[in-house]
Amino acid sequence: MGGTPTDIQLLDANGLRLDGRRPDELRPITIKADALKRADGSAYLEWGGNKVLAAVYGPRECHPRHRQDPMKAVVQCKYNMASFSVSDRKRPGPDRRSQEISKIISEALEHVVLTQYFPRTSVDVFIEVLQADAGTRCAGLTAASVALADAGVPMRDMIASCAAGKIDDTIIIDLRKEEDNCGQADLPLGIIPRTGEIVLLQMDGDLSIEEFYTALTMATEACHKISALQKEALRKRYSVAPEEVSDEVEEAIDAIAHGEEVDEPEEHDEKQEES
Amino acid sequence: MTKKLLSDITIDHIRSMIEKDKRVDGRTREEFRPIKIQKNYVATAEGSALVTLGDTKLLVGVKCLVGEPYKDTPNSGVLTTNAELIPMANETFESGPPNERSIEVARVVDRGIREGQAIDFDKLCITPEEEVWKTFVDIHVLDYDGNLFDAANMGAVAALKSAIIPASRFDKGEDFPFPMKHMPISTTFVKLDGYLVVDPNYDEENVARSRLTIATLENGRLCAMQKGLGGSFSRADVEKAIELSLRFGNLIRDQIESAGE
Amino acid sequence: MKEESSSKNASESASKRALVLPGDLIADGEYKPGTGTYAEEGKIFASQLGILNIRSNFINVIPLAGQFVPIVGDQVIGMVIEITPSNWLVDINSPYPAPLHITEAPWKVEFGDTARYLNVGEVILARILMVDEVKHIQVTMKDRGLRTLRGGQVIEISYSKVPRVIGRNGSMIQMIKNYTECRIIVGQNGRIWLDGETESIDLAVRAILMIEEDAQAIGLTDRLREFLEDATRKRG
Repeated sequence: MGGTPTDIQLLDANGLRLDGRRPDELRPITIKADALKRADGSAYLEWGGNKVLAAVYGPRECHPRHRQDPMKAVVQCKYNMASFSVSDRKRPGPDRRSQEISKIISEALEHVVLTQYFPRTSVDVFIEVLQADAGTRCAGLTAASVALADAGVPMRDMIASCAAGKIDDTIIIDLRKEEDNCGQADLPLGIIPRTGEIVLLQMDGDLSIEEFYTALTMATEACHKISALQKEALRKRYSVAPEEVSDEVEEAIDAIAHGEEVDEPEEHDEKQEES
Repeated sequence: MTKKLLSDITIDHIRSMIEKDKRVDGRTREEFRPIKIQKNYVATAEGSALVTLGDTKLLVGVKCLVGEPYKDTPNSGVLTTNAELIPMANETFESGPPNERSIEVARVVDRGIREGQAIDFDKLCITPEEEVWKTFVDIHVLDYDGNLFDAANMGAVAALKSAIIPASRFDKGEDFPFPMKHMPISTTFVKLDGYLVVDPNYDEENVARSRLTIATLENGRLCAMQKGLGGSFSRADVEKAIELSLRFGNLIRDQIESAGE
Repeated sequence: MKEESSSKNASESASKRALVLPGDLIADGEYKPGTGTYAEEGKIFASQLGILNIRSNFINVIPLAGQFVPIVGDQVIGMVIEITPSNWLVDINSPYPAPLHITEAPWKVEFGDTARYLNVGEVILARILMVDEVKHIQVTMKDRGLRTLRGGQVIEISYSKVPRVIGRNGSMIQMIKNYTECRIIVGQNGRIWLDGETESIDLAVRAILMIEEDAQAIGLTDRLREFLEDATRKRG
């Protein structure tokens, strides 16, 4: 970051970007919920040139023990980039950047997960970047939110995240690699779509206060579009057209909601326990 | 890294089914799970492969860069194999530096490739004694349900097969395909209740007494072996295993060749 | 997005048995928040992915996924994971392990003698005795029918699918039992114990997994019956 002078024309004569996008246009995004078998919840996301996988285990017993909170669940997120996810191979293992991103994503998620329902547990969120093309923390947080919903972790809402930035004195959203490297500002944002609350916010570069507000507004709009995609991904995976839910299922659902025993008659054996 | 605790009922059930040549997922003792391989899954890698073996899923990426050769092999390229058993893949995988399990997998896969003369290291020399191509094979386990060795080996071979040396990016001439001479393929067995069982899933691995991995080449020769866990194999077991490895080796090799993107 | 959710009025979506997602507005004052929901500013929102359901005055979301948290009285299938001189620690497929105290065992156990009656890895049928406000859980084996389970096989499905596997008045599970001639006990915690001939157990397990995979689909009962008929006919 820092607006290094470059020969690359980030904006052409028509105000279009390198890949032909307008300043307020998102890259193509596809989200698939329930992408893994083992994890309690998961999501796979392709966003422009990004390929990101998110998985959730929990709520489950909290490890390490000393991190346990007697009154609520702790949300522990680990963000990692695969060594082959970038052009110049990255040495495996957490670096300072990954640790910082893990922390801010954990904190964002902690604000939406209804942690009070699961004291002494942890909700473990793992984000793995398999292929990177700028905006990986936003992609990761977006995927992690879908994974949490897929895992049935109680939440206030799913967080949607997108970055805004500035190139050639123009505010844009969803920076790609070249725009991130050669642009003038970068502003990752994460919001709770339902309320507009800001749960992730970083900025580096050079912005006037007006420019910042423009960027914030544009990024917020982008987040709402992304929120729709998150919901669509989950509906696609789990939806049944309402008319299709059979009477039987309705009865069973009613009974369990009412707290009735939907048990079959107890299994009894003549041979009771032998000591 | 903790081993999953299985109930005595599940352990007994797995064993009693194995005796009848049936497994919980419907396979016989000598059957592999369905294999799916997608080459060039990751554009940022020089070569890559996404492997699905039953419910085990892993991604192998190949990265190349220019570096110094080892002193004792001044005209040969360098290969480094690494495996990451990331926590999302299984509830018993922990965060942290590579543990003995991931190190073992990396070394066994590496051995199969190296001893199998799979790579033409001489073609990876740029300037003798000064500059060579350093190749990193990074195995990234995403979803784990048993048989790390075979899935990782398939992935590594497929990724190398699809790799292109990025010479132009480093101003070392034109890009060229990664110089693969052979395709070493491994087959892993476990000993369960006295029986030899191929391609164990996660539960079977946890119940098994011992494990044997055999890597073979197209020409019917052996290039690597590794016995793991406690327990033992009889000579007859090993002979059977070799016979099956050759057969599966050929089948898997064909699958890698024909795998698309 | 915000406009869309608030324009959809609560009773409309409620009657449609819609799939709801965390953050979806589901009620605006008429109901009380039930399971899978939370209340904010006088409105009720879904907190989990699930199916909307209204029962008397409560609006609930029946979750399609999530961890099992027991309530007192739930029948569960547990596995012993640790032994101490005065209790056994039981895994009940929940974020919370459940201790079984020697005074709640069906045998007369002396302090320190616990390993003689139940060992690590053994499977028991138990009932939830107590759950406090911070989710400390205890189980008991003192009721009729509760015992150590031996032989057969134990599988695990999502606890939220248990009602579907059991079916209305137990009809679904009874159908499977009839066709396979297996004894089957379903725990509320998603663990299911089956006993019978090896092939019968295998068939019953596949039937149950079919239900878990496709819990909401129509015609599931018929398809399952067909599947079981077919399989038993083949066995002759």
